[in-house]
Amino acid sequence: MTIRWFHYAAPQTFYGLAGRLWPWFAGLATLLAVAGLWIGFAVAPTDAQQGEGYRIIFVHVPVSWMSMVIYLAMAFWSVLGLTFNTRLSGMMTRALAPTGAIFAFLSLWTGALWGKPMWGTWWVWDARLTSELILFFLYLGYIALTSAIDDPRRSDRAGALIAIVGAVNVPIIYFSVKWWNTLHQGASVSLTQAPSMARIMLWGMLLMALAFWMYSIALVLYRVRTLILVRERHTEWVRQLEVRP
Amino acid sequence: MRWQSWADFWAMGGYGLYVWGSMGVTFVLMALEVFLARQARLQAEREVRQAQALNPQEGEAE
Repeated sequence: MTIRWFHYAAPQTFYGLAGRLWPWFAGLATLLAVAGLWIGFAVAPTDAQQGEGYRIIFVHVPVSWMSMVIYLAMAFWSVLGLTFNTRLSGMMTRALAPTGAIFAFLSLWTGALWGKPMWGTWWVWDARLTSELILFFLYLGYIALTSAIDDPRRSDRAGALIAIVGAVNVPIIYFSVKWWNTLHQGASVSLTQAPSMARIMLWGMLLMALAFWMYSIALVLYRVRTLILVRERHTEWVRQLEVRP
Repeated sequence: MRWQSWADFWAMGGYGLYVWGSMGVTFVLMALEVFLARQARLQAEREVRQAQALNPQEGEAE
């Protein structure tokens, strides 16, 4: 059986599908977060170099990953939207933006709180930090631009351009620690000190990363349903929809 | 369990401000995001009900 992708690309169909799916993702997010926090705070040992301060990693790395992944997802939907001119694409892009903006901010915030005790400074203008700050501004720019244009179609197209052009910044963030000399450490998935400890720390971090994935998916599905309702409120199917009082 | 007491846990070996400052703000912002998404949803539902009341469907029991 082939999946009828364009069938689900119809806002009317996707509205129902998203409504059935989001509670599952929300439930998974909760379970994974509980497990991840338990491992991160009750099981994982003290780090040999950073003491207990390293535990910021359990939120810093997942939110940073998600801030990049969500921007790429926005670029993906934007390409689909400009290519196939589907209504759902613009709404998906728009539903992703607030979550991405929050994660980009949290990446900077938790990074500052980690940098202060370990590097002795809240902030440096190095490649990794600066490119992440640009990512945060790209999210804000997308939100500001799309909410300034009233016509939904034009707004979606303008937003799609920011999403696609700005996506160039994502690989720059990712490879910045290799391309330039930065204060920021390299990829953290290889915590090389005390290898026997590294595994449980890694597990905690991966569980937290999965939890943030599930949270993002649940929230984006939830939010896109709201956008669909508002945009399609004058259509026949929404008129016949039973909305809870 | 790795901690001697709750005080020990909150102190985070002297990094309490940084660790809990990270976790706390993350939790607060995500809770706020969920709250705002919920508010937007309720607002959308109100708008839909208003539109439905203005244009009642033929044959639909109102």
